[in-house]
Amino acid sequence: MPLLEVKDIHTYYGHIHALKGVSLTVEEGEIVTLIGANGAGKSTTLRTISGMNKPRKGEVVYQGNPIHKLPADKIVGLGIGHVPEGRRIFPRMTVEENLEMGGFLIRDPKVLQERKEQAFTLFPRLAERRNQKGGTLSGGEQQMLAIGRALMQDPKLLLMDEPSMGLAPVLVDFIFEIIQKLNQQGKTILLVEQNARLALQIAHRGYVLQTGQLTMSGPAKELAARPEIQEAYLGGH
Amino acid sequence: MTVADLFAILPQTLLEGLLLGFVYAMVALGYTMVYGVLGLINFAHSEVFMIGAVIGLEVFRFWGNPESPVIANPFLLLLVALIFAAVGSGIMAVLVERFAYRPLRKRGSKNILVPMITAIGVSFLLQDLTRIYAALRHNEFNMQYRTYDALNQTFELPFQTIIQVKGIIIIVVSILMLIGLTYLVNRTKLGKAIRAVSQDMQTASLMGINPDVIISRTFLIGGSLGGVAGVLFGLLYTNVTPYSGVLPGLKAFTSAVLGGIGNIPGAMVGGLILGQLETLSGTYLPFLTNGNFGTEYKDVFAFLTLVLLLLFRPQGIFGQNVSEKV
Ligand SMILES: Nc1ncnc2c1ncn2[C@@H]1O[C@H](COP(=O)(O)OP(=O)(O)OP(=O)(O)O)[C@@H](O)[C@H]1O
Ligand SMILES: [Mg+2]
Repeated sequence: MPLLEVKDIHTYYGHIHALKGVSLTVEEGEIVTLIGANGAGKSTTLRTISGMNKPRKGEVVYQGNPIHKLPADKIVGLGIGHVPEGRRIFPRMTVEENLEMGGFLIRDPKVLQERKEQAFTLFPRLAERRNQKGGTLSGGEQQMLAIGRALMQDPKLLLMDEPSMGLAPVLVDFIFEIIQKLNQQGKTILLVEQNARLALQIAHRGYVLQTGQLTMSGPAKELAARPEIQEAYLGGH
Repeated sequence: MTVADLFAILPQTLLEGLLLGFVYAMVALGYTMVYGVLGLINFAHSEVFMIGAVIGLEVFRFWGNPESPVIANPFLLLLVALIFAAVGSGIMAVLVERFAYRPLRKRGSKNILVPMITAIGVSFLLQDLTRIYAALRHNEFNMQYRTYDALNQTFELPFQTIIQVKGIIIIVVSILMLIGLTYLVNRTKLGKAIRAVSQDMQTASLMGINPDVIISRTFLIGGSLGGVAGVLFGLLYTNVTPYSGVLPGLKAFTSAVLGGIGNIPGAMVGGLILGQLETLSGTYLPFLTNGNFGTEYKDVFAFLTLVLLLLFRPQGIFGQNVSEKV
């Protein structure tokens, strides 16, 4: 049984038919990447999985249970963390408070404290800025915070929406190393990326989304080798 | 009056402004917190405040009858009145949210005017229900707070200032409530969740926060503060009508705007400023205009000052920009 199974979902924004029957699976322990042009529906796919958008048709099955009717705040409790597009840090809360919000469902203060320390160990930069307001962090720091915050609830599955967006190349490498490290520690990752080259390098499998429909899928190495992918997403090299 | 006389009455005026300002501050918090989480001006909040005053009044009437008091100690009676008003107004605010605003929110209407107009409708509804209640229960429109010597007893302060026991109580209760609220918002899990929902409701739900629960709690807290303020207001002015909430509500709302709508310290400071503006103009206007403008112009003057303040700082004292929230 796959950890996550998305079955033929159709998601709308009003009359805009953003997802026109998307199906994908994510096995436990995998990094799966979803690539595609702007407006293809990558974010909408992640948002439909985490419950921020509701599919009008189709199913999202997680660990064998349908979850597409649950509200977002219930889905996160099942072990699905979401690092949203644009980081969405709470701007007028401190770094530490942002992390605490990530751990909102944790009841035991000791566990909460431990998880905060884990986040600070993973991102020492955040520890230095523990009392700084989220809105005043640099883009890279915000991205670290968004990842740290999503990890607070120790999710099994991590949905990451363009974690490298707008970051300097060194930071992009750093974030991708973190993603691999998290995966080695047992996290399953569904990664949406504009940087298809890097994403396909670290992913096990990939899907290509085009205007709301999947056009290709397969092992990441194979996708990266396909001429049409190279042309459209890898800059033709 | 000489200039010296004008100065002589200043401390007393400031003290009275302070009492009024605390009441406005507590009501202003209800407006500002709801605005923070929903972006909605909850016009019904003035009636939640008024209902608090009525609840307090009923506690005094039924349990504080001087002939056969259930609770003989006026201080204890006041405490009970405050608790009942806090609970009653809090529940009232929660019900308003649950049955008037939430259904609209669930329909996904993006037009903020619809809930605003609903709020005005709820406001009228609560006024009329209270009017019917007052007519049936007491056969009267003006409801009078019982007075107690122990609460009206006065103390002399320096600078020829006089304070009543109830004045001291108003100050103490208000300060406790404001400190309590500040602690709640900044230090507790609920308070942090309220801030998270205010800043980004969708992302808050990704954290496992149920926005509906948090919105409901926000109404509960704002309503309770309003209810407590209602009792203090009744204590101060003794007369309560079904429309007693309208003007103080408007002024508290203005205080919230003055402080920067959505900003919690801003609402407190805004309330205190408005209280001072109002009493200062009430006291000095007649003298400064040779009696051409009497005390009845105090609101005009207070609001004119506000317009001027807001011309220079449209986002309010603590507001950073128009969308600045809790
Ligand atoms: N809130 C919204 N309201 C209306 N339409 C939307 C909304 N969000 C997304 N869309 C539309 O849905 C489609 C898919 O958007 P989505 O954000 O999922 O794309 P994406 O693949 O993540 O793009 P990008 O790479 O730019 O982030 C687009 O056509 C977009 O215009
Ligand atoms: Mg996107």
